[in-house]
Amino acid sequence: MGNHSDGTPTGADAVAKAGHQEVDVFQDPGLPPHRLRLADTDPKAAKRAERQVAWLFVISIIGTLVFFVGYFGVRLDDTIGTLRIQNTLLGLGVAFAMLGIGTGIVHWARALMPDHEVAEERHEIRTEEDRQAAVKIVDDIIDETGIKRRPLIRNTLIGAVALAPLPAIAIFRDLGPLPGDALRHTLWKEGERLARDPDGTPIKAADVTIGSAFHVIPESLNDLHEGKIAAKAKAVVLLMRLNPEDLNPSEGREDWGYNGIVAYSKICTHVGCPVALYEQQTHHLLCPCHQSTFDLTQECKVIFGPAVRPLPQLPITVDADGYLVAQSDFHEPVGPSFWERG
Amino acid sequence: MKALSQKRRHPLAALALLVLGLMLTGGLYAVVTTVNEAKADTTTYTAQQVEEGEKLFVANCATCHGLGASGTDAGPSLAGVGAAAVDFQVGTGRMPMQMQGPQAKQKPKQFTTEQTHEMAAYVATLGDGPALPEEQYLDGGGDAAVGGELFRVNCAMCHNAAAAGGALTRGKFAPPLAGVSESHIYSAMVTGPQNMPVFNDANISPDGKRDIITFLKTIENQGAPGGAKLGSLGPVSEGLFLWTAVLGVIIGFTIWLTSRTS
Repeated sequence: MGNHSDGTPTGADAVAKAGHQEVDVFQDPGLPPHRLRLADTDPKAAKRAERQVAWLFVISIIGTLVFFVGYFGVRLDDTIGTLRIQNTLLGLGVAFAMLGIGTGIVHWARALMPDHEVAEERHEIRTEEDRQAAVKIVDDIIDETGIKRRPLIRNTLIGAVALAPLPAIAIFRDLGPLPGDALRHTLWKEGERLARDPDGTPIKAADVTIGSAFHVIPESLNDLHEGKIAAKAKAVVLLMRLNPEDLNPSEGREDWGYNGIVAYSKICTHVGCPVALYEQQTHHLLCPCHQSTFDLTQECKVIFGPAVRPLPQLPITVDADGYLVAQSDFHEPVGPSFWERG
Repeated sequence: MKALSQKRRHPLAALALLVLGLMLTGGLYAVVTTVNEAKADTTTYTAQQVEEGEKLFVANCATCHGLGASGTDAGPSLAGVGAAAVDFQVGTGRMPMQMQGPQAKQKPKQFTTEQTHEMAAYVATLGDGPALPEEQYLDGGGDAAVGGELFRVNCAMCHNAAAAGGALTRGKFAPPLAGVSESHIYSAMVTGPQNMPVFNDANISPDGKRDIITFLKTIENQGAPGGAKLGSLGPVSEGLFLWTAVLGVIIGFTIWLTSRTS
């Protein structure tokens, strides 16, 4: 013994080896005596169990029928009550159809099928002969291919194997263009009017009273035919008006708002949920996903939660007609971090 | 009683207990509903109403809001908040506040509709502000689908997509909207009570507000399409239900699977 390839541990003091005569510590207690069930001895009980199993299967059949009654029998009108009835019937029908079969089979196995105990001996995991035979097969293959003696074949094979995956790279590249600078730009540009979400009507500065919160999209968004959702996902803005003395703009950003009206990106810098829970007294913006909290009076600095960067501010002003317009695009990429963001 | 105590070791007793517990929990959800308040309003006030309102104000509100409602450290000035703000705050019992805290909570209202109107009349004389909503926007006859879209854009982030309410920062919360009267919903939108932003008529037009009210009343009255709503709180209550009730059933099944038959 002590050969590592048959799985037995080495060292005489390791464990007591089962089956060895000299270590006779544990007596195999064997199986407990077999106990007969009621259905094994009493034919009446067996008959009763048989009927119970059959009833469970019948319940399954009824469940399937209930499903089809719900599916075809319920006329959906324009109230939600009929939909609720249909959903209830479909759900209960499928539940009982499955549950009936499952419980029926289990009850059948437990009460009626033979339940005598069986012990299976564990077979040896691997024999030394099998291992040797396998090694010999590999050696034979290497020897018979002659790969060691024919370097030309070996080297061309290595070259072929190395080049073969390249078509896959070309194909996967076709899955889509790289994002390029799409993550750095939004629809906002100089003179783009701020418009209400969802109808796209422009907003006048006089409309935004103190304490207001407007959900804003670029006016040109609704003219898009392609990629509207993606464009909206980057460009949505929350527009709020505070007392101008509550705002503390840093140097160079004093004229990014208008009379206390400020616009901030609605996309959380953590993982991109819409930060739209605005508390008009505390001037906090709360992200509903992970409770990142931004303080509007400190240029949306993060005051709580997992976000690390403040929300980007959209510089705004008013045009000649009194409508709020963007001064430019955002000055930094909106939303969560990405690899090339820098 | 004896029969009950004899049956308590029955194999199905645990299951029966589980079902009983689940039904009790479900029943509690159903009980938690509030009653709509009916109210009428007028937008013109008599001099007598203003006078009565001032008396009520001095007796009940001036401690915090100051004499002449000019505001103190404990309460803001009420100049320009309008009659709609008084109707909402006093009419839902939020004012007078029980105690200072993160948020004034709804409680049984302390004044009759008549007294509330008198106070609203007095506050309306202090400065221009939103008046009580007009009856035509409260009839629930708007477009529920348009209202639903407006609600999801402007309100659902705080009040939950099913208007079941939600948490805000530091103990504040957006309340559930079921059972709130039409005029209080309207007043809340135009006045922005506490930390709720203002949604003035330039932001959401009166017809849009009518649509939102129609949507809220529609989802409140028609019930949920999928059966038990579990508070409409989404993964929190649904997850809790799955982890307790459904996992309990699964454990019950595994015990049954591995037990010996008699």
